[in-house]
Parts: sequence; C-alpha cells; structure tokens
Amino acid sequence: MSNLINIEIDGITMAVVPGSRLIDVADEQGVTIPRFCYHSKLSLAASCRMCLVEIERAPKPMPACSTTVTEGMKVYTRSPKVIASQRSVMEFLLINHPLDCPVCDQGGECELQEIAVGYGRDGSAYGEVKRQVVNPDLGALIATDMNRCIHCTRCVRFGDEIAGMMELGAPGRGEHMHISTFIQGSVESELSGNVIDLCPVGALTSKPYRYRARPWELQSATTISLHDSLGTRIVVDSRRGEMMRVVATEMNDPESECWISDRDRFSSLALSSEDRLVQPMIKVDGQWQSVDWDRALTFAAEGLQKVINNYGSDALAALAGLTQVNEEYYLLQKLLRSLGSNNLDHRLYQVDCNDDATAPLYNGFGQSPRDLERSDLFLVIGADLRREIPLLAQRLRSAARHGATVMSLNCGGTPERRVTHPAAALEINLSPQALVDELLAIAAALHPSTTAKTLTKQLAAVTVNERQQQIATALKNANHATLLLGAGAQSHSQLSLIRQLCHVIAAATGAVVSFATIGGNAAGAALAGVLPHRKAGGERLERSGLDWQQMLAAPLKGVVLLGLEPELDSVDAASLMRLLKASEFNLLLTPFASPAMYDYGDVLLPIATWFESAGSTMNGYGEWHQISPALPLYGAARPAWKILRVLGNLLNLSGFSQMSIEDCRRELQAASAVTPAAVRSGCDGEMSAAYDAPSAVLPAAGELQRIAALPLYQSDMLVRRSAVLQQGAIAAEAQQVAIAPSDAEALNLVVGRAVELSQGSVTAQLPWQLSRNLAAGTIYLPTGVAALAQFDHGNIAVRGV
Amino acid sequence: MSLPVSGAESHLITAASCAEIDKWVAKYPPERKQSAVMAALRIVQEQNGGWLSDGLIAAVADYLGMPAVAVYEVATFYSMYQLEPVGRHKISVCTNISCLLRGSETVVAHLERRLGIKLGETTADGKITLKEVECLGACVNAPMLQVGKRYLEKLTPETLDALLDDLQGDQVNG
Repeated sequence: MSNLINIEIDGITMAVVPGSRLIDVADEQGVTIPRFCYHSKLSLAASCRMCLVEIERAPKPMPACSTTVTEGMKVYTRSPKVIASQRSVMEFLLINHPLDCPVCDQGGECELQEIAVGYGRDGSAYGEVKRQVVNPDLGALIATDMNRCIHCTRCVRFGDEIAGMMELGAPGRGEHMHISTFIQGSVESELSGNVIDLCPVGALTSKPYRYRARPWELQSATTISLHDSLGTRIVVDSRRGEMMRVVATEMNDPESECWISDRDRFSSLALSSEDRLVQPMIKVDGQWQSVDWDRALTFAAEGLQKVINNYGSDALAALAGLTQVNEEYYLLQKLLRSLGSNNLDHRLYQVDCNDDATAPLYNGFGQSPRDLERSDLFLVIGADLRREIPLLAQRLRSAARHGATVMSLNCGGTPERRVTHPAAALEINLSPQALVDELLAIAAALHPSTTAKTLTKQLAAVTVNERQQQIATALKNANHATLLLGAGAQSHSQLSLIRQLCHVIAAATGAVVSFATIGGNAAGAALAGVLPHRKAGGERLERSGLDWQQMLAAPLKGVVLLGLEPELDSVDAASLMRLLKASEFNLLLTPFASPAMYDYGDVLLPIATWFESAGSTMNGYGEWHQISPALPLYGAARPAWKILRVLGNLLNLSGFSQMSIEDCRRELQAASAVTPAAVRSGCDGEMSAAYDAPSAVLPAAGELQRIAALPLYQSDMLVRRSAVLQQGAIAAEAQQVAIAPSDAEALNLVVGRAVELSQGSVTAQLPWQLSRNLAAGTIYLPTGVAALAQFDHGNIAVRGV
Repeated sequence: MSLPVSGAESHLITAASCAEIDKWVAKYPPERKQSAVMAALRIVQEQNGGWLSDGLIAAVADYLGMPAVAVYEVATFYSMYQLEPVGRHKISVCTNISCLLRGSETVVAHLERRLGIKLGETTADGKITLKEVECLGACVNAPMLQVGKRYLEKLTPETLDALLDDLQGDQVNG
C-alpha cells in the first residue's frame, strides 16, 4: 500500500500504517516493549510508564502506548536512557508491592514478576514501610489481595468499557488510591471473571482455583464452550488429568475476542460434582443396581427391543440436550431411524413448531459474526441478552460504542439488563401478546406485499402508532439492520407468526433476521438430524415423526434421552415429566444423575461431557469447530457415540461399524454436503403461508402471561451444578418471581407477603418482588428451577395471600 | 399505594439542591452532564451538614446518570469532600511537599497535642475535626492550613494557639 509511512525502531526501518500506536507496531514487528496498563482491547491509561521508549528529538522518554507513529520517527527501545527509565519505573512500581511471590497464585505467570526480572534491577532505594490495603469482598469468583495492586486500572476500564457496568473503581488519591467497589459486596457482572486474566499481578485471582496448582504444573488444552451458541474458545488447564481452571485464550490476540463469560470460566467446577454418574446403572424390579458396561448395554438394547416388539417403533422417541457433539447427535438419530422411528427432537425451548415445513433448518444467526457486528441498527426482539448470551450482549455494546443504534423490544427480563453502553436508543417492555402486535404494526407501517392471505388481512387491520412508524423508518434507512430474536421470541407460543412477520419486515427493509440460537450446539443437533422432519444433513422427510410437543400427547412407551435433564431443560418440564412417567422404558445417556432420574429412568449410562469429548460442534453462525478432549474420561463414563454405536450393534442394525469419531463425522459431512449452504447456516428464508399460526391464548381476568426466562446460571446440567456460580446475585434471579408494579396494584398484592400462583391443578405459594422491567400483564417465572418446574409456559392465575 | 421499587436514590436530594445542581448541569453540553459532579457533591454535602453519606453519593450518581463508583472516586479523591460526619469546624492541614519542607509535621503535632485527637478525628465535643490534605496552592506561604473557607498561612505555634482559642470559644465562624 502506498499510504504507509516509514519509521525506524532500534535501527530497523519499517513501513507502518499512519496513526497506529507505537506499541502495536512494535508488537507486530516482534519488538518487545514491557507494559502493564496497556491492553489492546481497552482504552489508554498510560499510567504505569513501563513502556517508555526513547524517540529521536523528543526531550524525554515517551510511553509507547500513547505515542502515535509519524513519518521518519526513530525509536530506541533498548538505549541506555530507556534501560535506565525502565529500571526506575520498575523500582517505583515495586515500592509497595509485597515480596510474597512464593505464596501468590500469580507466581510463575505474573507479568510483574517477569518484567521485574527482565527489566528491573536487584535492589531498591526504598526502605520505608510498605502500605497496607484492605481487600474488598468481590464474591465467590474473584479473590483479592490488594497489597499487590500496581494501579494499572485494567480491571476498572474493563468494567466500564467491556462489561458495561462500572463496578470496580479507584477511589482515593495518591498513596491512598486503591481498587474497590462502591458498596462492599460481590461484583454482579456476568463477565467479571475476565479481570482475573487481565490483572497483570496477583491482586485479582480466581477464588475457586486459589492455592490449587502452579502454572508450570498445568497442561493446557483448547476447546469450545458449549454454554451458548457463539462457540467461544476456552483453555482448560488440568494437572495430572484433574480439572484445575478455565481461562480465556491469549489475551492480546488482535484477531479474536479475548473475553469469556463467567459461565464459561466457572462451569467446569461441576465436572466432579456429587451428582456425577460414574458407573452404569439399571433398574431391575424397581431396584437400582450398579453394573458393568456389558450388562448395562445388553439391558438397554433388550429394553428398546421390547418396546418395539410390544408397541411398534412409533412408540419410541428420542430427545437430546444441547451440549453434545454433532457425531453423537448423528448416531442418535441413526439409531432411532434404523429402529423405524422419526420421533426425534432437541428443541425443548421452542413451543411453536407449526412452521417446520417452511422454517429454516435451525434458528441461527443467518450471517457471519463480522456482518452481525457491522450492523448499524439492531432491533432486539424478545431478548434478555445479558442473561442469554453474555458475550453477544458485549458485542452489541461494542457496536453501540462504535455508533450502532440499538432498539430493544423486551419481553420482560431481569432487573439489571441494560444491553448497551451507552443506553439503548429505544427500550420498551412488552407482554408476549403485545410483542406480536408491535411487530404486526411495524410490518404494516412498511406496506409490504405479502402473499400470505391471513397475514395481509391482519396487517390491513392494524393501526400504526408513531413509535412503530419510527422503528419502521429506522429499519428502512439503516445500511445494515439486524432483527435479533432472543429466547423470548424463540420460546413464544406464536414463534411461527413472529418469524413470518420478521421475514416480511426484512423483505421490506433489507434487514437480516438473526436468531440468537438457544443452546451450545442446537445447530449441530439440527444438522445431524435430531428433528422429526429432517434427516441428517437437513434434507426434509416425506413423512415426519412427532415433534416434542406432539410427543407430549402421544402414547410413547420408550424414550432415549441424550445429555438431557428433562425435569429442568425445557419450557414445559411438567408435561415432559408426565410423558416420561407414562413411558415404560426410559434410557438415559447422561453425565449427571439427578434424584428425579432415578424415579423415571430405567437405565443410566454415564457419558463424557464436552470437556472430555472429541468431536465437532456447529455454532449459531453455522461454523464448524472440532474439539478434542481437554480432560480424561471421568469414572467409567464413555463418549456417547461409542455407546450409541454398541447399541446399534446389539440391536443388529446395519451401519454401526464406525471405528472412530472421524468415521461418524465423515458420514455426517457426506450427508450435509448435499444440502445448500443457506440451510447449513440456518438462514434459509423461504417463507410461505403453508402452516397454521396458532392463535394466542390470552390471559383471563386475574391471570398473567408467563415470562418463562431461562436463568443464566440454570442453563444446562453443568452450570446448574457449579457451586460457585450458584452464589451471588445472578444465581438468585433463578429463585425470583417478579410482577410489574401496575399488576401488583391491580391484583392488590402486598409487598413482603407471598402470592398464590395456580395453573390447572397446580398451586404454589411463593415469595415475589416488583420489577420495573416487566410489561403490565406478565409475570416473570423462570424455568430451569425445580421449585417452579411444575408450571408450564401458559398463563398463570395470581392471587394475594 | 406507593410501592418501593429499588434503584432510584435521587429523592435524597432536596428540591433546592436539585435546582442548584441544575444550574451547573446547564453549563455543560447535555451529553456531558457528569461534568457537574464536583459541584453536585459540594451542594449535597452542604445540604447534609458538611458530609456525604453513601446514599447521597448514589443519589448524585443517579441524578447525573453516572456509575456510583465513579462518583465515589471523585468524592474520595478530593479532600474537600467528607465521607463521615465532621465537627463544626474543619481544620485541613496541608502536608504536601512545600509545607512538609517548611515544617508541617510540627504543625500537625502541635494541633494533635492541643486537641487531643489524631489526624482524621473529631474532638469529643464535636467542635473541631482535624484533617490532612494535599496541596491547597498556597506553597508560597507554607506551612498552611484551611479552616472553613479561610486560609491561614506562615503558621507558627502562636498563630495555631490563637486559632484554636478562637475556635474552642466558637468566636470564629468558618
């Protein structure tokens, strides 16, 4: 490129982009400049002075982080003047730093330690007393030792700029300055653990990992987090096969995001929880027995065969969780389909499956991460992103900081769930019904030419208000608008209508319809064919099996569950439980055994979690990732694909002779090669009116519409069992029932007293609280928690006690 | 029925204080209203008898749309803000470099001995609070202290004694 400028660093001439920071240029060229406060993903502080360099004709050393390159600049990074500066700065930074490296968790991976050895000198002129700082209590995740703090303020800037909530600050002045919160107590950001990676010293360290290992004892393995559909890369550190901690990948890699959520970081502590299933178990005459694998697999195969012999293969079904690898999903559907059943599903958070005939393969982003982030307008629909996909909320905040507009049509959410920073341009709370009406009105404002007759009629009947007109106009004027649909839309009882309206809006405005996919590998499950209406690879079947909603009403006699805790992992766990209790033979492939499983299960086969698995996954963007085991197998657990293959063999089915997981992958890839790319990325936008949109079930007097949110720390089997994540404010949200102030007033509810909730024959008295983040007519009643699992997603009658 | 919904702390600021804060807010562009934070803290401190409670800090944060910890940073950075109740008179002694070189240690020792309290403490009768502060910009006449809104410079044991006699007799209104 011609618009480069020439500079010289340590006598080497180089052509660089004008306006670059000197420190970045040096990093690119492999010239090492020590630094503490500088971080490429954070704003400049230029306060530590460690990156001082000498620049020709500058009277004093200059910090490389805040110096911009200019034509002809001559830089010296190892001149006597620079070395003297580095030694002095290092001596200054160490004045108050304790010499406690032998008992410090950061020892061995400490930037201060390394730079002190590399650039400091051996003695100090300072002989006075070192200062003592009180350690703030930051909760169960972050341990503090603030005597070690060197005031780089990376943690403060992280909170303000990345996490979107400034919780840590630097109160005090001069010698009294320290890092602390305003009110003592835990930090509540769902990204808080990143300050552990960011802290260049041992001031902020991981509390669960404290004193457990030394960095040089650790073996690191990179894998993908399956707690959400972004497929975030994580590093799992283990010692002699035992999980020690999870950290983010290389912090200063400019190409990738280097943040991970607390869920990604601390869920792995559950791997050795008490619930972990370590031995195959079978139920004989109502008694559970631990048995060897041969006995368990024979028992399982016989059980399935008996169901088919007695009731036919239509009485057999399989349901899968969202954190297995593609190959396991593939073999599961192959097993079921070889046995003659298409009753397969994994979409236990999707109530409305009515548009299966026209909908895309899965609810995916439908665009690349880069394109999504380049959007200049986000219309967020029914999403509580901070609590669904924390890092996606962070991407939106980042886009908003760079000028994108965020408009949010919320379907009710947690008390503090401001997505953007600065605040969203528009943010309204709508009941599920009002959300549909809002989208109808926005669509109507665009005067679309739609072919669906029912919709045309509905659109013609709508009156459009000023706000809806504004949203429509903004969507039309945007260069790249994204309609981002969250769990509130995907679990909506009228998803098919919402989807169609979004496609109508998209067609009229050029916006992209993006689903924030629920679940780590939901896309993989869909592509591998764990669906009633599509084969592996995505091809549609002529004759569909039962989707999970239809299964609830069918006389099923045998159910295979793969990596699923059905009593919690669904928006309608209550009905699912009835199904399983009525079924005669339930085969569970699961890493954990809950008390309920012993009740409805007949065989419990211990499987590897994705930390211990090889295989491939597909994220919500349709990108494949291959993972290898980060940890050895736990107890007698086996990878699920091996179990499914042996079951196929025991049932005398053909096509179960795979020798490796690669063999399974090749079969799946061969099947997916024939499907169009658009289907594989989940954005197959072909919409017609060839389905019946269900009509809304409106709440009667005294009833509220349920907002069945999935709490952040209840999202899957692993997260639920991570003891440290179950402390603190975010975990507490899972136990909350919340009602809007206007409803509380209308229903004469008294603050501080319980409410009685009833739905059909189910009644419960529960504590509740007021929430300003709810629309009138709704009640926030989380899923994924045992205490509330008896309620389904329908309306709830509420009465004061 | 009024329902307690948490979050809004602004009600701790009186209408008169709000009006005064608004005058400062008006001096800055609308998106920079946090620039009024120092004035706002001073105003609510005066409203509250000379000190800032956690609630008031949160209230200012709420009023100006800032993170509470950012307001707390300001309140703890500047020595003119008090985070605990103070006596009727606040003696702020500079111990920064110029005053230190000119004997501020003797000044502090003298005051502590006569009042029977240490830096940062208040006398038992609630009359006088002694405070160590950073440079107040009167280095030319170091050592110095500030009492109320008044500067006392070129301090000697005699001027200190005269000051304390005055304050203890409540003759001076800071």
